[in-house]
Amino acid sequence: MKRLTATLFSLAAFLVAWKLLTVVTGTPDYILPAPEVVAERGLRAIGSGILWEHTAVTLSEILIGFALGAVSAVAVGTALGKSVVVERVLSPYIVAAQSVPILALAPLLDIWFGGGLLARVLVCALIVFFPIAIATMVGIRSADPLLSEMLRSLGATTGQLTARLEIPSALPVIFGGLRVGVTLAVIGAVVAEWAGASSGLGVLINIADQGLFDTPLMFVALATLAIIGITLHGLVVVAERRLVLR
Amino acid sequence: MTIEAAKEMSRASMPAGLPVRLDDVSVAFPSAAGPLVALRNLTLDIPAGSLTVVIGPNGCGKSTLLRVIAGLVAPTSGDVQLGEGARDAPQAGDGRVGLAFQQPRLVPWLSTLENVALPLALARAPIAQRRGRALEALERVGLADATGLRPAQLSGGMAQRAGLARALITDPPVLLLDEPFSALDALTREGFDGELQSLWMDRPRTVVLVTHSVSEAVRMADRIVVMTARPGSVARMIPVDLPRPRRAALSGEPAAAAIDATVRATLAEVHPADLTPWGDR
Repeated sequence: MKRLTATLFSLAAFLVAWKLLTVVTGTPDYILPAPEVVAERGLRAIGSGILWEHTAVTLSEILIGFALGAVSAVAVGTALGKSVVVERVLSPYIVAAQSVPILALAPLLDIWFGGGLLARVLVCALIVFFPIAIATMVGIRSADPLLSEMLRSLGATTGQLTARLEIPSALPVIFGGLRVGVTLAVIGAVVAEWAGASSGLGVLINIADQGLFDTPLMFVALATLAIIGITLHGLVVVAERRLVLR
Repeated sequence: MTIEAAKEMSRASMPAGLPVRLDDVSVAFPSAAGPLVALRNLTLDIPAGSLTVVIGPNGCGKSTLLRVIAGLVAPTSGDVQLGEGARDAPQAGDGRVGLAFQQPRLVPWLSTLENVALPLALARAPIAQRRGRALEALERVGLADATGLRPAQLSGGMAQRAGLARALITDPPVLLLDEPFSALDALTREGFDGELQSLWMDRPRTVVLVTHSVSEAVRMADRIVVMTARPGSVARMIPVDLPRPRRAALSGEPAAAAIDATVRATLAEVHPADLTPWGDR
């Protein structure tokens, strides 16, 4: 209850500051629309169904891409953590893929994978992959060597060591990676949509900006992206609280 | 029926553990400054069902010796045998050895019951069986009330008991104890020694206990093995022929005092720098 009050208070303060800024500077709506203008535009966009249409596309890209990226990152990160050889062989490619700007990769993936949902999911998965894989690798290596020896003395197989000790030990760190990853997935989706798509919140931003000069609609799309990011991040935190022992 | 066969039968009907034989065992670990020799040409015969105490200061290879017997460390040269057969080299997790460590090494996110049942879980035993035998093992070490607690909620002594229960749950013929009570205070430790002794007397098995307390060695052992400084080998084997059950106040008795003195003298000979007059911890 206390936390909710604090959250609501900070939201109210943010809106008041925003409103004040528009009033004091007298900025026109096509540059910085006031909050109530954005809210009104948002309601119209919801009413016409256009907001949900684009949100559904972006949300599915984010969710599928994040799931795909997270699962493969935990698998690869586990292999990286367990084997120095695997790390030596794979890590240059992983670092290289991360260092090449996703903005440059997205059009390429769009060409390779036919410009459909798949291409955009892959951009999301790719951007999510690195932080989670690295977190998993670091986490796996943080497993207590004394517990590891204890399990080996009981005849644990490599798989049992991973499942019963290394992954659980790595969970707090993996969740750190998942938190970063889930917000990156939102960015990945928009970047992928800019590289070639006919719907999605990224597309909506482009339409509002270049086609219609509808700045309030841009803000509606941005706010929606922010809400998606906050919600998904919150869900990861909830999962973390349930799974990680404190 | 020959006498040999009768002996064989009585041995089979009285499961009193397995004999352990180390023959000219050396262990070297690779390190940046060249191989680190932990054990050199160590030969040791541990009779089935005996309670052997290994003593020596830190770093003389006592723990390495236990790891070799447990099959966790393969000897660089030499032979280890568990049992009578010629090819009975130990293998980690083959179920013949139970190992309890200096630190209890409990898995923090598992309950005490789950920790104790871990050996059975790894062997994929049915869940009902795991639970039943874990409860039994916990009862044996006096921890029946703590089944649902997490390791962080246990006191040091309780955690050590849980570690011991985990080593006992498979009822292994050989039990290896690596300074299991050294982190506990002297009084608790004496109590533990007494309980361990009666556990062993109820259910005889081969026990190897590593310690650096002379009085604990005299209190517990059938035979005391004094190790040399690193690289470790056997300096001397001292039999302890005192009646059981032994009491904690044993050290006051003349026979025990004599053995105590012998052990200390041997330790002083092997590593004079390490032994202080009040060196009993």
